[in-house]
Amino acid sequence: MSCNCQCSTEKENDPRFQELDEIIEKYKNQAGSLIPVLHKAQGVFGHLPEEVQSYIAKGLKLPLSEVYGVVSFYSLFTTVPRGKYVFNVCLGTACYVQGSRKIMDNLKKELGLGIGETTADGLFTLEGCRCVGACGLAPVLTVNEKVHGRLKEDDVPRLISLYKLKEEQGSK
Amino acid sequence: MISLDELKALRDKSKAEISIREKGHLAGSNLDFYRSHVLVCAGTGCTSSESLEVRNGLKEELTRLNIDKEVKVVETGCFGFCSLGPILVVYPEGTFYCLVTPEDVKEIAEEHLLKGNIVTRLLYSEPGTDKKVSDFESIDFFSHQKRVALRNCGGINPEKVEEYIAHDGYFALAKVLKEMTQEQLIEELKKSGLRGRGGGGFPAGLKWQFAHKTPGDIKYVVCNADEGDPGAFMDRSVLEGDPHSIIEAMAIAGYAIGSEQGYIYIRAEYPIAVHRLEVAIGQAREFGLLGQNIFGTGFNFDLDIRLGAGAFVCGEETALLTSIEGHRGEPRPRPPFPAVEGLWRKPTLLNNVETYANVPAIILKGADWFASIGTEKSKGTKVFALAGKINNIGLIEVPMGTPLRTIIYDIGGGIPNGKKFKAAQTGGPSGGCIPAHLIDTEIDYDNLIALGSMMGSGGLIVMDETDCMVDIAKFFLEFTQEESCGKCSPCRIGTKRMLEILEKITKGKGTPDDITQLETLARTVKNSSLCGLGQTAPNPVLSTLKYFRDEYEAHINEKRCPAGVCQELLNFSIIAEKCKGCSVCAKVCPVGAISGVVKEPYVIDSEKCIKCGACMEKCKFGAIVKE
Ligand SMILES: Cc1cc2nc3c(=O)[nH]c(=O)nc-3n(C[C@H](O)[C@H](O)[C@H](O)COP(=O)(O)O)c2cc1C
Ligand code: SF4
Ligand code: SF4
Ligand code: SF4
Ligand code: FES
Ligand code: FES
Repeated sequence: MSCNCQCSTEKENDPRFQELDEIIEKYKNQAGSLIPVLHKAQGVFGHLPEEVQSYIAKGLKLPLSEVYGVVSFYSLFTTVPRGKYVFNVCLGTACYVQGSRKIMDNLKKELGLGIGETTADGLFTLEGCRCVGACGLAPVLTVNEKVHGRLKEDDVPRLISLYKLKEEQGSK
Repeated sequence: MISLDELKALRDKSKAEISIREKGHLAGSNLDFYRSHVLVCAGTGCTSSESLEVRNGLKEELTRLNIDKEVKVVETGCFGFCSLGPILVVYPEGTFYCLVTPEDVKEIAEEHLLKGNIVTRLLYSEPGTDKKVSDFESIDFFSHQKRVALRNCGGINPEKVEEYIAHDGYFALAKVLKEMTQEQLIEELKKSGLRGRGGGGFPAGLKWQFAHKTPGDIKYVVCNADEGDPGAFMDRSVLEGDPHSIIEAMAIAGYAIGSEQGYIYIRAEYPIAVHRLEVAIGQAREFGLLGQNIFGTGFNFDLDIRLGAGAFVCGEETALLTSIEGHRGEPRPRPPFPAVEGLWRKPTLLNNVETYANVPAIILKGADWFASIGTEKSKGTKVFALAGKINNIGLIEVPMGTPLRTIIYDIGGGIPNGKKFKAAQTGGPSGGCIPAHLIDTEIDYDNLIALGSMMGSGGLIVMDETDCMVDIAKFFLEFTQEESCGKCSPCRIGTKRMLEILEKITKGKGTPDDITQLETLARTVKNSSLCGLGQTAPNPVLSTLKYFRDEYEAHINEKRCPAGVCQELLNFSIIAEKCKGCSVCAKVCPVGAISGVVKEPYVIDSEKCIKCGACMEKCKFGAIVKE
């Protein structure tokens, strides 16, 4: 099967697809390889657009519907691009009883986002998650890899400006 | 490949190196080694509160003071007291420092490590007292515990197999491979009375026996490290703090059932645990403790890690196996049970992390020792993640049958801010609550079931008088509803209907027949769902209805939330006597619901009020109340 668009040559030149080729090569003979490949691919691309999904389907010789079915089943896989900083508020029980809902409400207000949405400048994404295992510091939120714990309601504006500042300093 | 003699030699050597961390060790009694060890917690909790910065700072200070050859810094897993992190323990004294910041490091290094003076201000004091406790074993939080599954957590560097070996690590594997038949091993496990710690409480020995008896040339051993109960972090701590204990136990299980390959299915949200496991598996392979011909006995066993991808239902065993196979993690009917037809349709033994963590201890100390701990039908200990409205938040391990009161008051240090204990939730979204009047309940599998709750994996969330039980039930149902895989309709539709009713009630739109409706729906969902998720999803509702029916009724009949949680049922008003007429509240009200004349009492128009609470936060005179 060949397609007429230029995407194939673009893909050949895109180092991310070369990396994906290596990932597929490494896993393709292993049973149950789809989920590990999707994890790695999301690490490379940041998300799993249809183009990447069909590339993986071909590489692993699976129907696209199967790949799509798995991507849509698991909440850690996303098909839309995410912001540079993903604010992930823990909505697990320990955090909930310590007031994580208020933290979430404040973030929604301050960022002007609903859960799963990204700011127009691509800087912030708002997400909710269920427990990162730092329940002793509840309520917590993570920004990318970093865990911020023992939050108070009014920490929210402070955190947002912290990351905005980081961004300004980084772009200088 | 390491031989038993080499393992023994390695143990003796490593033991001598870390004996400084044992009780009663005399300072300076072994001058070949470091004179002091500083254990820095590098678990998820403490790294989140910057323990790695503390560690780095400490190492720099030691170099600066030129004592880096005398004092050793050791990174460990979770001590269990994450709410007080970062945590540092200094040996040989056993001094416990908490809430240490990078700024404190200089003082610890100069005062304690150089001059030998304890830094009192960083010591722990029991809640409600200002008496500082220095010795870590005499802190109430630790002294009431009995650690079996957590035996090495916080005591060793999890990334050094030698430290695990120093604590007799891999000797249980050597013992079963060299001295026990498969049948003897399984008998021993049965005799110990160990039951599954992942939720169901199924006898582990029986499960091993089924997997052993099912014929098959290929079999698998699987560890469930999906830890789905939000607010529970027992498995996380074991994997971060003592990963080799799981590897060793799975190899033992492999021998018992005749399997050469294991899988650990772990949630992707635990990056530190995944990393430690990877390191540990690498070391075990390097030492020949995994791989071919282990201890020269001809037994082969190896392990791989599989990551979850954020689906709670994948904690259910059949869904988990389907997920390892690379598919959507939907449960399938049982029987056939995994022991008969599991991963890739081969006989598969699947246990939880904590279940495995007990196994090496049982082999080394004997089934009788294990069975002497706990209650008649629940043997051994149980790890609980204490969270919520409790002073000492953290991870604890206690003998089965410990009264809830001991857990909450003696270990947990009671309820903060002088509030009253209301209930404890066990079993997460599948469980239920234990109300205050049953606080003397002895916690074991059967007592919890009798109360309409369940052990679950060990989450224990404490609630006080400011928590609304209807809201909590709604919280859990939102969770299960969202996580329902949708394969069967009683669960998919039933949980949704139940949630809608709960939402109605918390919004003040409930009607008296809602309670009966909820009960009917709950029965249907429980009885006709395919998997445990649906079968247990109604439990939090049923259990709160059982013990806190009056709260439901207040919401429905009086449109009142007694705990003052459900926004739409709140009524904000101004106490005229306390109001100074400063007008601040009127300015912050987003809908102009507050009016008045300066210096006279203001009033709230409850028709207009959208119950945002902004006015109450701003009033400096405490004149605004909600009820
Ligand atoms: C919806 C659902 C979620 C579950 N989540 C977990 C989990 O996160 N961890 C776990 O060990 N067991 C979980 N279980 C229980 C497993 O199905 C299985 O019984 C258990 O892992 C067996 O191990 P054990 O006998 O050692 O407890 C879950 C069950 C259900 C129905
Ligand atoms: S009970 Fe719920 S989670 Fe379980 S199979 Fe049915 S729909 Fe899926
Ligand atoms: S803020 Fe308080 S004191 Fe001031 S007018 Fe409002 S209720 Fe009265
Ligand atoms: S609760 Fe909000 S809406 Fe109601 S009176 Fe106060 S500020 Fe106004
Ligand atoms: S519940 Fe929030 S970190 Fe566990
Ligand atoms: S993570 Fe440090 S005590 Fe738990």
